[in-house]
Amino acid sequence: MHPAPSVIIFTTFSGIGFGLLFWLGLDPSPPTGTIGFTFFFIAFALAVGGLISSTFHLGRPERAWRALTQWRTSWLSREGICAIAALMIMGLHAIVYIFLGIQIALLGWIGALLSLATVYTTSMIYAQLATIPRWNTTLTSVLFLCLSVAGGALLSGRVKVALAFLCVAGATQIIWWKRGDNAFKNSGSNLGTATALGSIGTVRSVAHPHTAPNYLMREFIFLVGRKHAQKLRIISFALMIILPIVLLVTPFSHISVVLAILSHLIGVAVSRWLFFAEAEHTVGLYYGMR
Amino acid sequence: MTTLPTATNKKLGLVIDLDTCVGCHACVISCKGWNTENYGAPLSDQRPYGNEPMGTFLNRVHSYEVQPPEGAAQTVHFPKSCLHCEDAPCVTVCPTGASYKRTEDGIVLVNESSCIGCGLCAWACPYGARELDQAEGVMKKCTLCVDRIYNENLPEEDRIPSCVRTCPAGARHFGDLGDPNSDVSQLVQERGGMDLMPELGTAPVNKYLPPRHKDSWDDQSLLAPLLEPIADEPAGFLGWLDKALDKLPGGTA
Repeated sequence: MHPAPSVIIFTTFSGIGFGLLFWLGLDPSPPTGTIGFTFFFIAFALAVGGLISSTFHLGRPERAWRALTQWRTSWLSREGICAIAALMIMGLHAIVYIFLGIQIALLGWIGALLSLATVYTTSMIYAQLATIPRWNTTLTSVLFLCLSVAGGALLSGRVKVALAFLCVAGATQIIWWKRGDNAFKNSGSNLGTATALGSIGTVRSVAHPHTAPNYLMREFIFLVGRKHAQKLRIISFALMIILPIVLLVTPFSHISVVLAILSHLIGVAVSRWLFFAEAEHTVGLYYGMR
Repeated sequence: MTTLPTATNKKLGLVIDLDTCVGCHACVISCKGWNTENYGAPLSDQRPYGNEPMGTFLNRVHSYEVQPPEGAAQTVHFPKSCLHCEDAPCVTVCPTGASYKRTEDGIVLVNESSCIGCGLCAWACPYGARELDQAEGVMKKCTLCVDRIYNENLPEEDRIPSCVRTCPAGARHFGDLGDPNSDVSQLVQERGGMDLMPELGTAPVNKYLPPRHKDSWDDQSLLAPLLEPIADEPAGFLGWLDKALDKLPGGTA
């Protein structure tokens, strides 16, 4: 799959932003005053910034509001609704708490739940696709949720919780990669089933329908990134999980937490780039490519 | 609505004969022509005379080589367009309701004025039947020439999809695959029509007819005995020459 920067930015930043909103909503005594405002501001900036970025890959962004109508069947539509609901409830929670000094715990809990629901619906946009076996697993949702909650804990300065969730997220990431490497082979789809000619013999693509790459090939067949996939996995894992853990277990200082957050963000972005770049779509079969 | 109909009154679709298709791409061109000049946004081209020309097409012809376990390989030309699946995954993922499957005839269509061009339907389609038009920013797909098949301004023989009307080999057939007595259903029955990627559970309406068994030199044939060599050893002048040359020093090849 083509790793569109807008979607990588969206899933990385919104994931962490909603993770921070989750912890701010759950917190029985969230930070107050300027510090409280700053925390909520960072969470909203990440979540909203990511959402705005996601509209850049649309062919017709001016019609984006229509995406809120088909929640009955569409995970993308559900995501839009969850995101708006989470932002509204958490926005209200933040205003009431920071400016009026009143904490309504229930509002925070609902906002926290909706923030998690947003991350879950985002993950389901990818996990629902049977055409991309690497993504088509509940592990995709587990991975997105773990990383979001870990990133949120890291941003909100919860060192112990962050350490625990970083470990879980790291383990999930490794299992997800392992499973993904055999997912296409295990899916049972190949050029033989794609053309229905497999019962006759071995099928080989001898001529593409067109001389230059088209929309399908650009969108679904991305070979460039896979060359360095293993190295990028190590880089991503080191930045996303190991370095933040090392920084967190060393004696506490604000600089080490900031470094841990930056390292984690870059690591998640690299992991998301691989998430797309390594994903193989069944359309590739028709072109004799993966 | 992106909820799929539980059942459709008809299952209009195509039957494509892989035995007959000669790979001429005439269906590709006639499809591009009709669907650029008629319903919906035109099918744009990018850099048509430049480097890496690309464009939107609703129908593409691949070519494959099939190598059986024994015998010669064969070439199969393989036209591919929307299969108008009964359980169309492209429809349910659509966030705007632009994609829908019609209850009356089962055709899968895109309402272009509602499409936001998110591309998720193209991701959900296993077959690569949907292409995002690069100029218009909306998703394009085969409409089964919905603006021809019910068009009373056209002569009756033209009220079939453009690709079917054009095919010079008669490799494409159009009809109601929901009616077991229709010509297309009969054809599927007789020739063993096949689904593409049935393992994904999309239940495609369009069917593909497999290439027929090709005869071989080893098959029994009425004429074969007449073609048997009459003499294994050369006779007459050639026989004498053969023997004479054998006697010369230097051996034989």
